[in-house]
Amino acid sequence: MIPRHQTVLFVILLLASVIMGAVLWNQLRGAHERLLRGQDSAPTQAPLVAPAEQATLMVANDADNSVEPRILTLPLPQNPEARARAVLGKLLDLYAAPDAAHPVPGGANSIAQVFLVPIAEGSGKASPTSPQLAVVNLTGAFAAGHPSGLETETLTILSICATLNANLPRVTEVRFLVDGQTRAKLAGHADLTRTYLAAEAVPRP
Amino acid sequence: MFRRCRIILLVTALAAFLPAPAQAPPAPAPAPKFVVVLDAAHGGDDLGARLGNQSEKDYTLALSVKLRSLLVARGIAVVTTRESGADLDADRRAEIANRANAAACLNLHAALVSSTSGPAVHLFISSLPPAADARFPPLRPRLFEPPVAGDPGFVPWRTAQSAWIRRSTELAGVLNSALLHAGITVTLGQTALPAIDSMACPAVAVEIAPQRQTDAASADDAGFEAKVAEALAAALVEWRADGGQFGERRP
Repeated sequence: MIPRHQTVLFVILLLASVIMGAVLWNQLRGAHERLLRGQDSAPTQAPLVAPAEQATLMVANDADNSVEPRILTLPLPQNPEARARAVLGKLLDLYAAPDAAHPVPGGANSIAQVFLVPIAEGSGKASPTSPQLAVVNLTGAFAAGHPSGLETETLTILSICATLNANLPRVTEVRFLVDGQTRAKLAGHADLTRTYLAAEAVPRP
Repeated sequence: MFRRCRIILLVTALAAFLPAPAQAPPAPAPAPKFVVVLDAAHGGDDLGARLGNQSEKDYTLALSVKLRSLLVARGIAVVTTRESGADLDADRRAEIANRANAAACLNLHAALVSSTSGPAVHLFISSLPPAADARFPPLRPRLFEPPVAGDPGFVPWRTAQSAWIRRSTELAGVLNSALLHAGITVTLGQTALPAIDSMACPAVAVEIAPQRQTDAASADDAGFEAKVAEALAAALVEWRADGGQFGERRP
């Protein structure tokens, strides 16, 4: 015969277990719903970390071998190197679009880094207003996926140089690296070993 | 003994004051031969662009052979930089062109046309600044003599083309006219290409962009290539009539 006090204790523990199970089940459902609500409200666009400004992109066109200015409003960081990377990323996004006049796969992620190096003037010292050399570090995937051809490679190089000069006037010279290394040619044609003069990048007819 | 020495000195002194024998007038320099250099781009392991089932190195070699036949038939001497699939570096190509004293050099390329444009020919000259901006002044032929007018003087190897930008631009113009006359779409531009930057002659890079090569379009592509070759040959005949590498005067 089970003593009465043990029966009462067993019933109390059983009830406590059922209540605790119900509370846990309820909390689990709540957490799942919160998770789903969180996924629904995930941002589909990058947050604006900088105020929107007008940028001039020098956009290439294979049909007539031209580079024409196109003014867009973009969130541009204040840091010059980040700003250079942002405008070049947008330029390459345009080229990666399906209906691009200068189709090049890759997009914004093709620009690994942009470094701005002051160019020493006659006195041998660089001042805050000295012209700058931009070193554009492209990804190896971009170089490997770039269409091979004299015109298409030349237009890519010229449009990058001209876009840098249009948005960062102190950039007068541009050099290119691929995955941090010097490379002879972009995709078999355009010379990547030379220093390009940004102001002369727009091809003259 | 002293008398003999005095006689020898006297004779030597007299000989020094005697007028030198009249030299024969220099023979007129032979007219420079009109030579065209055809430089088929790529070669060896460097295949260049893919054009359907053909590589750019094979396409440009075939075009070079075809164009050579057309030019030889018109009485123009041709030097080709390569006759096989072997590779040459940019310096060797320029060396061949410079040794040939070429009146024109065509650096041949090919690429697939992009989806947004039709078949076309892209003409490029070097993006080097003209010789007026060169770092080095003209050399003087003799000490204390003025430099020769129009002589580009010493030009570094890597920028040899800078002295020929004007004539290269004119050559591109002649090629452009002939291609347009043949009904071919042409674009003009400048590019940084080591192969032509070291050439001391009028040099133009010619990129042929036929249709995207499919089985249905291959016949059209062959016709386009032949039309381009005929137009280039006609342009070079006109270039010869225009005076070749020097034109009316040296660059």
